[in-house]
Amino acid sequence: MSGSNHISRRDFIKVTTGAIGGFIAGVLGIPSIAYMISPALREDKAGKPMPIGKLEDIPIGTPHPFSFTITKVNGWERTAASYGGFILRKSEDPNDILVLSSRCTHLSCRVNWNETAGAFLCPCHDAKFSKEGEVLDGPPPEPLGHFTHEVDAEGYITIIPVEQKAG
Amino acid sequence: MRSTLWQKLFSWLDERLGLNDAYKNLLDRPEPKGNWWNTLGSASLFLFILQAVTGIFLTVYYTPSPDHAYDSIQYIMTEVQFGWLVRGIHHWSASLMVIVVFIHMLRVFFTASYKYPRELTWLIGIGLLLLTVGMGFTGYLLPWHQMAYWATTVGTQIAGSVPFAGEFILKSLRGGPDLSALTLQRFFAAHIWILPALLVALIGVHLYLIIRHGESHFPDKED
Repeated sequence: MSGSNHISRRDFIKVTTGAIGGFIAGVLGIPSIAYMISPALREDKAGKPMPIGKLEDIPIGTPHPFSFTITKVNGWERTAASYGGFILRKSEDPNDILVLSSRCTHLSCRVNWNETAGAFLCPCHDAKFSKEGEVLDGPPPEPLGHFTHEVDAEGYITIIPVEQKAG
Repeated sequence: MRSTLWQKLFSWLDERLGLNDAYKNLLDRPEPKGNWWNTLGSASLFLFILQAVTGIFLTVYYTPSPDHAYDSIQYIMTEVQFGWLVRGIHHWSASLMVIVVFIHMLRVFFTASYKYPRELTWLIGIGLLLLTVGMGFTGYLLPWHQMAYWATTVGTQIAGSVPFAGEFILKSLRGGPDLSALTLQRFFAAHIWILPALLVALIGVHLYLIIRHGESHFPDKED
């Protein structure tokens, strides 16, 4: 059959079996995978601005802890998750403040401010961060994240509860 | 002759697993003249596998607790991609499976295929029918809506009408005197672990016996 445009019976069966098999695999496979990963494809909405404290209550020079709770609907349940961080007033200037997240950049444990060490310590893997969030020791790959904040005329501090990378 | 990589791989596996022998014994075995009524057993098996697969998928989201059972199913139906399809297949195939298994039983009865040497296949088949109905009964409660709740109230109450042991049976089924979180949880356990395990075991023996004895001939006028 050389030189002829006809494909052999055997090849025709091969191609059609492959095509139909592929179609069936797609019809079964795509919904299965979509079903499993569906919740992972949902966009996480940015939270509303969150008040975290008043300027006058916060000492200058030492990180001051704060925490807030965000309630989200996950599937069929409303879940409240707690987040936290530290406000650092570097000077009297109301704009000279830093709002750090307490989430360790290594594996997401919560760091604590340790007065004696003068550093943030992570209880999980001995990470050590400076007052301003820089890595001093341990495994973290990058400095602590921070929150974008605003201070209004009366001295209330509000943050956008989405962690920003340092720098 | 040069053999391809696949042929080499196959003969390596065949030498150890006996794939060709298995193929001969399972798929190349002699069959009586084809008859569509003889395919109902395979149809039942197919539906069982379909129920197993869609059932496993449903447990990814379903929660067997009175607080969340209904909401988690609403979530599957409205939020999860293709959730309506997976649950729809599970729901409709459940009814279809009971029907197909039942017609399969009628076929075996009318063609007298339950006779020697296939009595055990028949008895195990009865077990499979009862387990299939048991799957229907336990699965019916899981959506935890009004229909499910009252159907199970009535169903367990019927079981409770057995003389002497009735009270005990009713409490064992419900996990107490009333329908509660315990009822939902034990029906769930029965539906996804206990009954399927028994089903798989009995299906295994059923299939072994079918392969051992071969299929029965469709009776003709002389039978």
